[in-house]
Amino acid sequence: MKRKTDLSRLVKSVIIGLITGTANGLFGSGGGTIAVPAMVLVLGADEHKAHATAISIILPLTVLSAVFYISNNFVDWNLTFKVVLGGIAGGFLGAKLLNVCPENILRKVFAVFMIIAAVRMIAY
Amino acid sequence: MILFLIGLISGIISGMGIGGGAILIPALVLFVNPGQHTAQSVNLLFFIPTAVIALIIHIRNKRVDLKMALPIIISGLGGAILGSRLAFSLAGSSLKKWFGVFLLAMGIYEMFRKGKHKTGKNEQSYSHKHP
Repeated sequence: MKRKTDLSRLVKSVIIGLITGTANGLFGSGGGTIAVPAMVLVLGADEHKAHATAISIILPLTVLSAVFYISNNFVDWNLTFKVVLGGIAGGFLGAKLLNVCPENILRKVFAVFMIIAAVRMIAY
Repeated sequence: MILFLIGLISGIISGMGIGGGAILIPALVLFVNPGQHTAQSVNLLFFIPTAVIALIIHIRNKRVDLKMALPIIISGLGGAILGSRLAFSLAGSSLKKWFGVFLLAMGIYEMFRKGKHKTGKNEQSYSHKHP
């Protein structure tokens, strides 16, 4: 009985990995958006652990995908460097901003941006 | 300057657990237009240094379940090869549309999902642990 549940858990894990990895390589993003809820809902993981564990999963996948993108000459290092500089500043600022501005409202604002941007990308 | 700003905003929301890529990639494509593949490569490279730091902290705090992660990582590496090859086989204009569909799904999910602490089930399990 135990063996059967172990096997079904392994199969579920392999499927989660395949979907997460494919999205990561295909879209260069979205791995965490898939892996975290999948681990919580399908594998019954605790939400805090799922967030931390997702990083240990997505980091190696991202390194591999990045190597492929670099070797296929899709990287603009000058552009990447400027964006990363902003990102480091944003990481520090974000921690302070969250104390001032309620997270739920920020999330909804970003959700609206995502939907509008998505429609433009599909339509144009 | 616009590149720095896009990075800044993405850095802020990465800390909130929404993937930074959900803002970073569309903002680059719509305002800078470096090509869909290059925009995606920026996000991949952007993620690595912050993830290394976060992972070290999480491992120290024993929040990472490596037993759960291992089979997902192994099949995930296969998926990453598959996904990258699929991306390179597509023209930038069609990859952009597929990304748009994916982004739309993520946006709708983000719009309608409940806040972290609003699910009664979690609160119940916490109150059992800390009566």
